[in-house]
Amino acid sequence: MTDITNLPPEGGPSLDLTGKDIAVAGQWRLFWLKFKKHKVALVSLVVILFMYLVAALADFIAPFDPNATNARFTYAPPQSLSLFHDGSFQPNVKQLKMTLNTQSMRREFVPDPTKPVSVGFFVKAPQPYYLLGLIPMQTKLFGITNPQVGDSLYIFGADRLGRDIFSRVVHGAKISLSIGLVGVFMSLILGVTIGGISGFFGGWADLAIQRFIELLRSIPTIPLWMGLAAAIPVGWPPLRTYFVITLIVSLIGWTSLAREVRGKFLSLRSEDFVIAARLDGMSEIGIIFSHLVPSFMSHIIATLTLAIPSMILAETALSFLGIGLQPPIISWGVLLQEAQNIRAVAQAPWLLFTPAAAIVISVLSLNFLGDGLRDAADPYESVS
Amino acid sequence: MSMNPNMSQDTILKVEGLKTYFPTRTGIFKAVDGVSFELKRGKTLCVVGESGSGKSVTARSILQIVDKPGRIEGGSVLLTRADGSVTDLAKLDPRGKDIRSVRGKEIAMIFQEPMSSLSPVHRIGTQIGEALRIHFGTPKKEQRERVLELLRQVEIPRPETAIDRYTFEFSGGMRQRVMIAMALACNPQVLIADEPTTALDVTTQAEILDLIKKLQQSHGMAVLFITHDMGVVAEIADEVLVMYRGKVMERGPVEQIFHAPEDDYTRRLIGSVVKLEKKAEVRLTRAAIPAEAAPLLDVKNLSLTFPSGLKAVDDVSLTVRSGETLGIVGESGSGKTTMGRCLLRIYDPQSGAIAYRRPDGSTIDLRTADRASLKDVRREVRMIFQDPVGSLSPRKNVGQIIAEPLKLAGMRGKDVEDRVAELMRQVGLDPGWRERYPHAFSGGQRQRIGIARAIAVKPRLIIADEATSALDVSLRSQMLDLMMSLQDQLGLSYVFISHDMSVIRYMCDRVAVMYRGRIVETGDTDQVVNHPQHDYTRALLSAIPHPDPRDRRIHKRFRYDPTVKPTGIVSANG
Repeated sequence: MTDITNLPPEGGPSLDLTGKDIAVAGQWRLFWLKFKKHKVALVSLVVILFMYLVAALADFIAPFDPNATNARFTYAPPQSLSLFHDGSFQPNVKQLKMTLNTQSMRREFVPDPTKPVSVGFFVKAPQPYYLLGLIPMQTKLFGITNPQVGDSLYIFGADRLGRDIFSRVVHGAKISLSIGLVGVFMSLILGVTIGGISGFFGGWADLAIQRFIELLRSIPTIPLWMGLAAAIPVGWPPLRTYFVITLIVSLIGWTSLAREVRGKFLSLRSEDFVIAARLDGMSEIGIIFSHLVPSFMSHIIATLTLAIPSMILAETALSFLGIGLQPPIISWGVLLQEAQNIRAVAQAPWLLFTPAAAIVISVLSLNFLGDGLRDAADPYESVS
Repeated sequence: MSMNPNMSQDTILKVEGLKTYFPTRTGIFKAVDGVSFELKRGKTLCVVGESGSGKSVTARSILQIVDKPGRIEGGSVLLTRADGSVTDLAKLDPRGKDIRSVRGKEIAMIFQEPMSSLSPVHRIGTQIGEALRIHFGTPKKEQRERVLELLRQVEIPRPETAIDRYTFEFSGGMRQRVMIAMALACNPQVLIADEPTTALDVTTQAEILDLIKKLQQSHGMAVLFITHDMGVVAEIADEVLVMYRGKVMERGPVEQIFHAPEDDYTRRLIGSVVKLEKKAEVRLTRAAIPAEAAPLLDVKNLSLTFPSGLKAVDDVSLTVRSGETLGIVGESGSGKTTMGRCLLRIYDPQSGAIAYRRPDGSTIDLRTADRASLKDVRREVRMIFQDPVGSLSPRKNVGQIIAEPLKLAGMRGKDVEDRVAELMRQVGLDPGWRERYPHAFSGGQRQRIGIARAIAVKPRLIIADEATSALDVSLRSQMLDLMMSLQDQLGLSYVFISHDMSVIRYMCDRVAVMYRGRIVETGDTDQVVNHPQHDYTRALLSAIPHPDPRDRRIHKRFRYDPTVKPTGIVSANG
């Protein structure tokens, strides 16, 4: 009497089955309904979408060229924005006045309230650029309205060469967030293909693949990455290094996905509806694409989302250790590398906290999002 | 606590106006809506109802173990103790000390699934002793003695060794005995049994029912027995409470419920049970199906041994004539499902022959058939699955599910649409529902979808594997009637696999009884049911609860012991 045993508290299921719309709701609609209940995941989704948007529009949003140095503003602190000057509305930051502290032999910056640097939206950029590599533009989202010598706008401070940390973090998002996506995409291809072969054919192919996965997973990741990354020739162009690094971080990532896919294949193959399809005369390929793939698609999406943060962290770890991406490429890991020595951190903590905050927020949001997706991945559990 | 002069001496538990609600997304679900009853010392109250009627939630509300987010909204549960004091359990804090001292000590509960209700990592002695330790702080040595005594009471063989075993070393029936021993540990006044025999085979069920009855008499407990099986009710109840959608439809002595029901719902429920007690009317008037020279399906010496060494199908031979229904009956693990799946080559039997006669008169051995001919035959021989949930892909709508075999048979476009609509009407579904997904349908409707898919390509033989087991009793006869009317319309033959003798008797022309992979008896249904030849068949038949409280018979049942060679009467238990 499965009807009785499977009925948790009678009528307690979270989905209401009486509504007409639910009756004709397909898998993705139910998925969305269930996902929507996970408020944290929903907020995370918005945060993640926002971060990827920022990364995509980095050239427009970052007010300065991330590589533009300014010897005058070495380790300049974050400048606070004030909305009024002289009683009238005029967003501005105060110009920084540099003094040399002769005792500590350090430069010290003091805002000069008499010299406002007015800040505005949609200002003209010093250099024309291509948005997304396609659209020619010469407007920035915000910036100094009328740049003069001595003006500066460091909302998150400047680094050792006087480069704007905010612009660098925004540009770093391009690499750091995309490396997760590209890495996960590679994992997806490897994982689904290899896991699919393993689960579908079974037998010795399954045995060989599973043992190989165990072998891969038994190697400690950091030394493995270090070894592989050290083998990248220094003279390679940045773009090629980037792809090789992606390949390295996704080298381990695909294994868990392959296992997930294999497990789903195995459990679904004995489901009655798959047997029914086979009895209907459907070919094995037909069964895979018409029954199996739709059944585990939502699980794969959830697993992939949960894999992105580990990719991001792997890239950060490698770059932080100096064996991943190298300057002039900007990634969050590269930015953290700048904050490695204690003197820099003591003198300019924003070097550490700004990229670290970006990493923490994106990784946490992706994890919450992945959790929500995983909970919603099987919307039929509570229904049937 | 106060004395209550209104309660009679024998009343131990008095439930009044109990309301348990579950808040849902769209409102409030009233799982229990104003239920009242009394439990008397030494008496059994059966709560019956179909799935979703709120009977389990009622029982759980008494002990305040309702699953979240459900909560008791109103009513009282008055427990009278031996010293005359009365406590309202509904007012106690569900996590408080007071209710915990009631659970297990004064009111004990046994559940449906003995496997999941017992911990697999503790020895059964420790599990039974736990209640003693918690409620009385009994020292270890005394605990053990008491547990041994309990195991003896529940008739577990060799209690001295059994006490140190783990639950997975026991069969389902033995596990349920362990559960009962646990429940009895503190000599409770009230025993709540929530479908304790549903997961068990019919012969094991009879043993457990016997045991509960015996223990009730020796301990003077009040028993609240929840079941959906009217046969069980008739066998054990003193009083009956009929529930439907959280409300009490009727309450009364068992005699009255079965023989003079006042409520319409009760009448329908009893009616659908009684209907299954005899052969279907449409089958009584039909002429017998002649034995032909070449039957539709002729299975000879079929055997399948699983890689684990289990001989699931052992030298099975049977025939199916065209137009008839062959029933395969047996308990769980008898190999009937495996045998059914062998017929369609879902499993590959190692030896024997499955001779199937094609429409053109030629015969093909399905056991050795190649892929192409197997594909053709599978259009003529179809299957209906047991589980109406698992056999329909939740990601496709009903139209797509029914259309799948049609499309694979080469039908395209408008023809498919028309045929799907026709099939849906044929099985009693509104064609307008084709856009709906399986989750929008009830168990019975889903099974209709499964039937529509099976008959879509105009088959000749359908293998129905426990097609009605997952359905409530009121739906069961409907489904069987539908299958029989389709049989007459389409000239179908059925192999009907079931553990339930009543559905076999209702619908099958001939029946084969399976036991441990072998067929022990075959014959016309009337012959097998009324004059069983094999001892196992006799045991099986006599263990079936009979839905008539005036004719209680399972305590007079016949027991089959396979270790003793049949010589007539093996052991009769009085």
